[in-house]
Amino acid sequence: MGFARKVLTIVRKDIAAELHTREMVSAMLVFALLSLFVFSFALDLQGNVAEAAAPGVLWATVAFAGMLGLSRSLAREQLSGCLDGLLLAPVDRSAIFFGKAIGNLVFMAVVEVALLPLAAALFDVPLLRPGILLVFVIGTGGYAAVGTLLAAIAVNTRAREVMLPILLLPLAVPLLIAAVRATALLVEGGALAEAEGWLQLLVVYDLVIVAVSLLTFGCVVEE
Amino acid sequence: MPRRWSLRSSPPLLPRRERGLWGEGQLAYMIETLALRKSFGPRAALDGIDLRVEAGEFVALLGPNGAGKTTLLRILATLTRPTSGSARVAGADLAKACQEARRRIGFLSHRTLLYDDLTAEQNLEFYARMYDVPGAATRIGELLERVGLTARRAELVRTFSRGMQQRLALARTLVHRPTVLLLDEPYGGLDPLATRVLSDLLAELAGEGGATVVLTTHDLGQGLALAGRVVVLSRGRIVHDAPSRELEAGSFPALYERLTA
Amino acid sequence: MRRGMDVAGLALALASAALVLVALLMAFLYAPREATMGEVQRIFYFHVPSAWVGFLGFFVTFLAGIAYLARGKRIYDIIALSSVEVGLTFICMAVLTGPFWARPVWGTYWTWEPRLTISAIQLLVYIAYIMLRSASDNPGAGARFAAVYGIVAFVTVPLSWFAIRWWRTIHPDILTGGEGMATTPRMTQTLMFTLLAFTLFYVTLVRQRVRIERAADEVARLRTEAGGR
Repeated sequence: MGFARKVLTIVRKDIAAELHTREMVSAMLVFALLSLFVFSFALDLQGNVAEAAAPGVLWATVAFAGMLGLSRSLAREQLSGCLDGLLLAPVDRSAIFFGKAIGNLVFMAVVEVALLPLAAALFDVPLLRPGILLVFVIGTGGYAAVGTLLAAIAVNTRAREVMLPILLLPLAVPLLIAAVRATALLVEGGALAEAEGWLQLLVVYDLVIVAVSLLTFGCVVEE
Repeated sequence: MPRRWSLRSSPPLLPRRERGLWGEGQLAYMIETLALRKSFGPRAALDGIDLRVEAGEFVALLGPNGAGKTTLLRILATLTRPTSGSARVAGADLAKACQEARRRIGFLSHRTLLYDDLTAEQNLEFYARMYDVPGAATRIGELLERVGLTARRAELVRTFSRGMQQRLALARTLVHRPTVLLLDEPYGGLDPLATRVLSDLLAELAGEGGATVVLTTHDLGQGLALAGRVVVLSRGRIVHDAPSRELEAGSFPALYERLTA
Repeated sequence: MRRGMDVAGLALALASAALVLVALLMAFLYAPREATMGEVQRIFYFHVPSAWVGFLGFFVTFLAGIAYLARGKRIYDIIALSSVEVGLTFICMAVLTGPFWARPVWGTYWTWEPRLTISAIQLLVYIAYIMLRSASDNPGAGARFAAVYGIVAFVTVPLSWFAIRWWRTIHPDILTGGEGMATTPRMTQTLMFTLLAFTLFYVTLVRQRVRIERAADEVARLRTEAGGR
């Protein structure tokens, strides 16, 4: 009964667990807000400076807050050996990957839904345009995918959560550059066609990452 | 008086083709390993295990720490891959048809494999869906009653005591009606109620239910009470394999001492 | 493990030494003085090949990682980690010589020039790889994780390259390496020769490192056996 059904079961399970405690998403959200404030003070973001810096600040914030969620989500599977529970079941390892990655994407999206309007108001920058939302969807998707794979590795090391930023950030460089550039172009009032090159890079990144993750996730979780 | 149920009393789960696979019976062994080896770097945890378990047998797998009991069980449960050698569980070769094997294996260890942030019911629902269990709602209700957790079904697992968690873990193990049960030190840290529930259920499943059970334990007493056969592992090898009735109650501890020295 | 002198290793070492020496001489004597930048431009003959060999090391790690996940043989894991260690050294050289060249020529230590930036990113990935290996308790798991990381990291490098290049074309502030220089055939020859010398040097070092690791494995194995008795 359906690969897709099992993927959804895993996603629903993560959402249900989060609904009971709400600790992860709230931590991500508070961290994201604090991050915005710190950047504002540190870079003295007002007026024109704010408009130029906003895309970068926003994506940096999303990247860092995302890592909190990624670590937590994979750590949850480690508690009480739940990952073994998933591996015991007759389910493709790639379904486990998709389930976790989509779950992580959902949580990051929830944080972004709160973050974008706030940043738009704080920096006086038009962020709620369809083009920009598209960039966020594609960008966050890729980040959730590569993050899930690497968090699955990080959570098995002695350093645990501390390992994830070290592993993830160098690999997220192309995604972050493309996402920031595309957002900046669209914020300045450019049409979607101008940001096309960057969007294409994002899509290619997403596809490559998902392909590699599907091939290697099994090796990460299984002995 | 808890309602008695067994694996056979439930409606047949397996499609006709698969039942034929065992029904016409040339399923020689339920568990079969051949020259199974597992190394972690230079250290060999298992050094050539040849084990054959027939359907319906209850095997107690004993041995000191580091003997390889957990490694062997994890390989049989498809959680770990052997370095060399082969294994078949419930007619499925673990290297080639491991998904098939997984449907028929239930694994219980001292780690509960339960999500703390979900309710008892949600945990069982999750696993029921992952195993494609039909009639999940009824099944879950039955199981919860059997382990005595119906009253706590809508509470988060993190609020449960260790004994309650292990009872729920037992329910999780059985949700998909496995025919092979692999239990890795399941009695660890249990309160008397949970111990009794576990023992009762095992006795039922093994007896009337016809399940094949392999149980590892430190506790010689528990191991011998239920088992029909005793296998002792030491330093990755089988050093003793005999029906438990051949052992006189008093002499086993001394024998064990010698075997594992 | 064959005892006795490692003839092949000695030959390789001597050949590498000879080639590197000749490369040095070529870089300082054979190659002409560059028109605009002067003598400092000669760093180019070490900076660029270092970056290339660093990337080669990464590529070898990528291939070794795939082989390890596919076959599970320890030798592939050893090759991967040896290549990372040696590659890291070369990438460090590339990243360090960059500023030495940039400062006198362009007046700043660091430029976000694509080649330099991509070398810096590779440096960070190498470091992450090494940290990952040392942070794993179980050596088998550590090898698996490192192999996966090596593979994923490698495929993002071309993507990083394109992203950085497009980004810098939007904000070009400093002339990129090759374009700013007038190249003559002698310069190209020197560059190619230095590249050859460094590649051979890389092979020698990796081979040595692999031998050391295999010897270490052998020692561990003998210890375990002796301990067991």
